[in-house]
Amino acid sequence: MNSVETGLEPKQAERRAVADYGNPVWRRWLFSRETAVIAALVVVVIVASAVVPYFGTPTTLAFLLLDATPILLIALPMTLVIITGEIDLSVASTLGLSSVILGVLTKAGVPIEFAMVICLLVGLLAGAINGFLVTVVGLPSLAVTIGTLALFRGIAVGLLGTTAITNFPVFWQTLVQMRLGTTGIPVVMVLVIVLIIIFAVVLHFTPFGRGLVALGLSRDTAAFSGVNVNRAKFIAFVLTGVVSALAGIYWTLRYGSARGDNAVGLELSVIAAVLLGGVSIFGGKGALHGVVAGVLLIGVLQSALRLANVSSDAINIITGVLLIVSVLSPRFLAWTKGLRSRPRAGEPHPPL
Amino acid sequence: MSTTQTINGPAVLELHNVAKKFGSVVALTSATLTVQPNSIHALVGENGAGKSTVVKIVAGLYQRDGGEFLFRGESVDFGSTAAAKQAGIAVIYQEPTLFPDLSVTENIFMGRQPTGRFGRIDRKAMRDEAKQIFARLAVRIDPDRPADGLSIADQQIIEIAKAISLDARLLIMDEPTAALSGVEVERLFAVARSLRDEGRGLVFISHRFNEVFALCDTITVMRDGAFISTDPIDAVSEDEIVRRMVGRDVTNLFPKQETTVGDELLSVENLTATGLFHDVSFTVRAGEIVALAGLVGAGRSEIARAVFGVDNYESGTVRIGGKRVPKRNPAAAMALGLALVPEDRRKQGLILESSVSRNATLAIRKKLASFGIIRSASENRSARIWADRLRVKTASLDTLAGTLSGGNQQKVVLGKWLATEPRVLIIDEPTRGIDVGTKAEVHRLTSELAGRGMGILMISSELPEVLGMADRVLVVREGRITAEISRAEATAENVMFAATHAEGVAR
Repeated sequence: MNSVETGLEPKQAERRAVADYGNPVWRRWLFSRETAVIAALVVVVIVASAVVPYFGTPTTLAFLLLDATPILLIALPMTLVIITGEIDLSVASTLGLSSVILGVLTKAGVPIEFAMVICLLVGLLAGAINGFLVTVVGLPSLAVTIGTLALFRGIAVGLLGTTAITNFPVFWQTLVQMRLGTTGIPVVMVLVIVLIIIFAVVLHFTPFGRGLVALGLSRDTAAFSGVNVNRAKFIAFVLTGVVSALAGIYWTLRYGSARGDNAVGLELSVIAAVLLGGVSIFGGKGALHGVVAGVLLIGVLQSALRLANVSSDAINIITGVLLIVSVLSPRFLAWTKGLRSRPRAGEPHPPL
Repeated sequence: MSTTQTINGPAVLELHNVAKKFGSVVALTSATLTVQPNSIHALVGENGAGKSTVVKIVAGLYQRDGGEFLFRGESVDFGSTAAAKQAGIAVIYQEPTLFPDLSVTENIFMGRQPTGRFGRIDRKAMRDEAKQIFARLAVRIDPDRPADGLSIADQQIIEIAKAISLDARLLIMDEPTAALSGVEVERLFAVARSLRDEGRGLVFISHRFNEVFALCDTITVMRDGAFISTDPIDAVSEDEIVRRMVGRDVTNLFPKQETTVGDELLSVENLTATGLFHDVSFTVRAGEIVALAGLVGAGRSEIARAVFGVDNYESGTVRIGGKRVPKRNPAAAMALGLALVPEDRRKQGLILESSVSRNATLAIRKKLASFGIIRSASENRSARIWADRLRVKTASLDTLAGTLSGGNQQKVVLGKWLATEPRVLIIDEPTRGIDVGTKAEVHRLTSELAGRGMGILMISSELPEVLGMADRVLVVREGRITAEISRAEATAENVMFAATHAEGVAR
């Protein structure tokens, strides 16, 4: 064929492979949002160890981790949900429901191992209800999960009233409290770490995870690229339900008590930690190591302040301010960047 | 109504050599338009001729970069649409936007309700005026009913009533009849004529020549952002107007290779989605470039999206290489070897906030995974192959796609889909909004791909592109394929004619 002279054929010398990255690895890593959260965590741990009495002891570490475990667990699937641009406010109610069902079944003589499986299935069902209403019916997840927050909690309280069931097998209760040697690290952390690794791999290194991030950033482009948007969201909600139920089992065994009002309000701590960890509430952005650091940062801060005899109201105020600052900081940075390179913003879009 | 009437007073609207640029894209070079009072003036031109830009400048949405703009004899500069409205300019769009929960009356007087004592809204005065306007227009619409549920035709009448209550001297109707039935069109025309007889000036934009010739008294043709001609309507023929609309030299930027056409790859039969397209059947064979030509809004992109499975359809079948493609399942269509480079590359083609590498590999993410795991290295390797082959100008592979130029963005989208190694490639407006040089590159690539046996379905609103690239041209008008024209027979005139005329054209 006669090649058309466009003047665009590159000279051979110009033709070179495109570089993989604009910045070296250390730079990309150093200036990421997740690194900032991890750095904050390290600073808080160092300062608290030096200043707060008893903070550095294995007992403190043990209680800190045992307290953080439910938030850490639920934060993992919650990250997936928020990355798709949705939210799940019903997690603490699912936890409570799972706890009550574990209590009721155990009291009725069902073997606890079997009861646990039932709890996980209930969690799966709860997540599937949320997922169905959001993806198939097409309702906004904020409204749906405010509804199921009340619904699941209502069922939990309805099943058990204001009473509590406290008889659980000693084996399971001690297993949950057990430490690894003298380190103060609870055995349960092994399970948590395994789950963290699984969720991190799924989100960051699988086609499914790529799809979740893509649909969080641009729903249309994801759909045009063969991502099954509804299925991906549905799976994220189901995972959240199952893991919330798992956290309910943990909660029941750790405190040896199944109550309808277990973990009321925990959903806010979970979402706060996820956002603090650098996940964008608008979807598409965030990394799991940041979320883990976010959960631990809040946990360490609260533990240290409590040991330092700061009142719980003051602790709440401090955590609240921290969260707002963390959500605002990327916007603030973007805004200052915008001020430096103004001209592009106001340009009208050509009518094409 | 003749145009040689004695002109009492100045023209309602005069534009002389108005120019408008968006960055490096020139939308208008020299738009010239004079609208007299007591006149309905047709403004016609191909897609992209600059009609919409003219409307937006007159409506105060855009500011012109050069030329003169006189309204009722005075030079004006509208800084906003509100200023233009205040001066007496009203634009009736194809699909008006009303407040669905407010009443018809409230919609007409939105933002400037008549007030009585203590600033209370005078509902009675408002209602009476609305009734009076409807009586004058001889239409029956209940002023108290909510706007929600009104037909598009009625919604346009509400917009016109709004214009009358503001005493607009110039009404611009931008393709108002596109969504109307025959009876509704007649009613709209009756209203338009009565407005004309009240001494107002009207501009009527339409692709339907029978309507233009039935309603208007003067006609202005635009092409490539420039004024071509203004004539009394009885002084020109339809054929002459079409010739002027398309009358440019089809430049040879189209390196079409001669290819041997092979087996049938894509076959679409009786595809129907109510309100969008109807009974659409066509085939694309190996090595063939088939163009879907037609006007914007004719339903071409909708057909492509349904074929690919992004949108649903009611009946019909899509087959690739004889295998049935399931409905609403792009992943399955991709697995069968179909790829779609979508119309809106910023919203449908790319994730602007994601890197070039992630974008280029999004469609092949499943193939890239080994044991279910994707490694950045394999992602980058695949992305680099296409970035090099298509000569994407980017700082690095982790540069955000949104920061690239339009042409380079389009290359990333093309690379993303070519990486899937499709057998059939659908490209929707592949060169929209990209510079001439990159355009030629895209054309050469398309031709090369067909040469290697890929089947290509190209949707384009640019006639030269259609005529230069296609082996066959299918013309879509109002959701139906109205003509199939071979490469040898296709001319700008017969394609344009088939795109605008109900009767179709000889095959």
